[in-house]
Amino acid sequence: MEIAVEINGVSHSADVEPRTLLVHFIRDVVGLTGTNIGCDTSSCGACTIHLNGEAVKSCTVLAVQADGQKLTTIEGLADGDQLHPMQQAFMECHALQCGYCTPGMVMASVSLLDENPNPTEAEVREGLEGNLCRCTGYHNIVKAVLSAAGGGK
Amino acid sequence: MIPVAFDYVRATSAAEALAALAEHGDEAKLMAGGHSLLPMMKLRLAAPAVVVDIGRITDLSYIRDGGDHLAIGALTRHRDIEISDLVRQHVPLLAAATSQVGDPQVRHRGTIGGALAHADTAADHPSVFLATGATAVVSGPNGQREITGPDLFSGFLESSLEPTEMITEIRVPKYTGAGWNFQKFNRRAQDWAIVGVSVQASGNGTKVALVNMHPTPVRATAVEEALASGADAATAAAQAAEGMEPSSDLNASVEYRQHLARVLTRRALQAAGIN
Repeated sequence: MEIAVEINGVSHSADVEPRTLLVHFIRDVVGLTGTNIGCDTSSCGACTIHLNGEAVKSCTVLAVQADGQKLTTIEGLADGDQLHPMQQAFMECHALQCGYCTPGMVMASVSLLDENPNPTEAEVREGLEGNLCRCTGYHNIVKAVLSAAGGGK
Repeated sequence: MIPVAFDYVRATSAAEALAALAEHGDEAKLMAGGHSLLPMMKLRLAAPAVVVDIGRITDLSYIRDGGDHLAIGALTRHRDIEISDLVRQHVPLLAAATSQVGDPQVRHRGTIGGALAHADTAADHPSVFLATGATAVVSGPNGQREITGPDLFSGFLESSLEPTEMITEIRVPKYTGAGWNFQKFNRRAQDWAIVGVSVQASGNGTKVALVNMHPTPVRATAVEEALASGADAATAAAQAAEGMEPSSDLNASVEYRQHLARVLTRRALQAAGIN
């Protein structure tokens, strides 16, 4: 089936099998490999992207469901060399260890602040319940999100 | 994990979806948000020949004040229910349970109609449907019919919908202020309930519904009858596992689930102000 999807402001068209998962379309067809596949069962959140501005797990969306929609992946956050404030906060707070969960964590965190710009620490922890960090580095991730919410203060 | 190949049909109205179901019968499955169906297809526990995508039927996504009830379109997403002032005000049990479904990403995709049609005993929404005395409005080739309460759930992962029918609306009676509570016990925040309980009281008595305690979503009728005959919360809750046939799995044995049902039901009743 022929689909057209806008990813990070660029339109991509392709003929895909209906069973193609969105994450495979993004990685293997479009070639944007910043979005990771972790558990592949909609548990870990490593494949989190934005579908029309909201965080979703791209391993549990069909590419055909995204036809005509707007996606943002981790590659689309920065403005040239200027990191997105959430990426900057993750860097400054050392909110990563191995880095595998990081793209999904950042995308989920941006979506979280879109919906709740001034969260409490408890709200950040709850809001990231769909993302697992197997290094268990949650403490600095929460610090980074709170820092980004406070404009880095 | 990749599903078995299937044909994809996108319906843009309920009429188109019903026409696709009429054409393909039980070869077809409706996909709303896809967060129950797609994981099963990836595990190849489900392999429909035709997937009818109803996720874009935007006129079935709404929350309306129907006077004595809220009318909720079947394709209303969990996220929209969770943050709805109407739902928070008039069916706080539904708002509370919805905010505990999966995680934010799941709630951005999953729908209330999909969750009910999937009829998973481990899911949160069927227990809310039972405890609130809600009704599903179902459309099919012969027009509309309404299904209330346990009649919606006919077996393990099986609703009483015909293959040619779809849920279009859920009508949830407004809460009358007599007490409600939702309890969910799991090991990690985003997990399915190992056991859960929905409680809602009204002038007609208290309804208690259990999550993951029986092959189908189920009301704890022994608890309800004990309360109706004047038992206190602790005494009534001791009946919570009566007649239930819970499964045993990696998370819990049958005995542990029975224990959880009794403890969580007592907590839910007491938190609802029923002593």
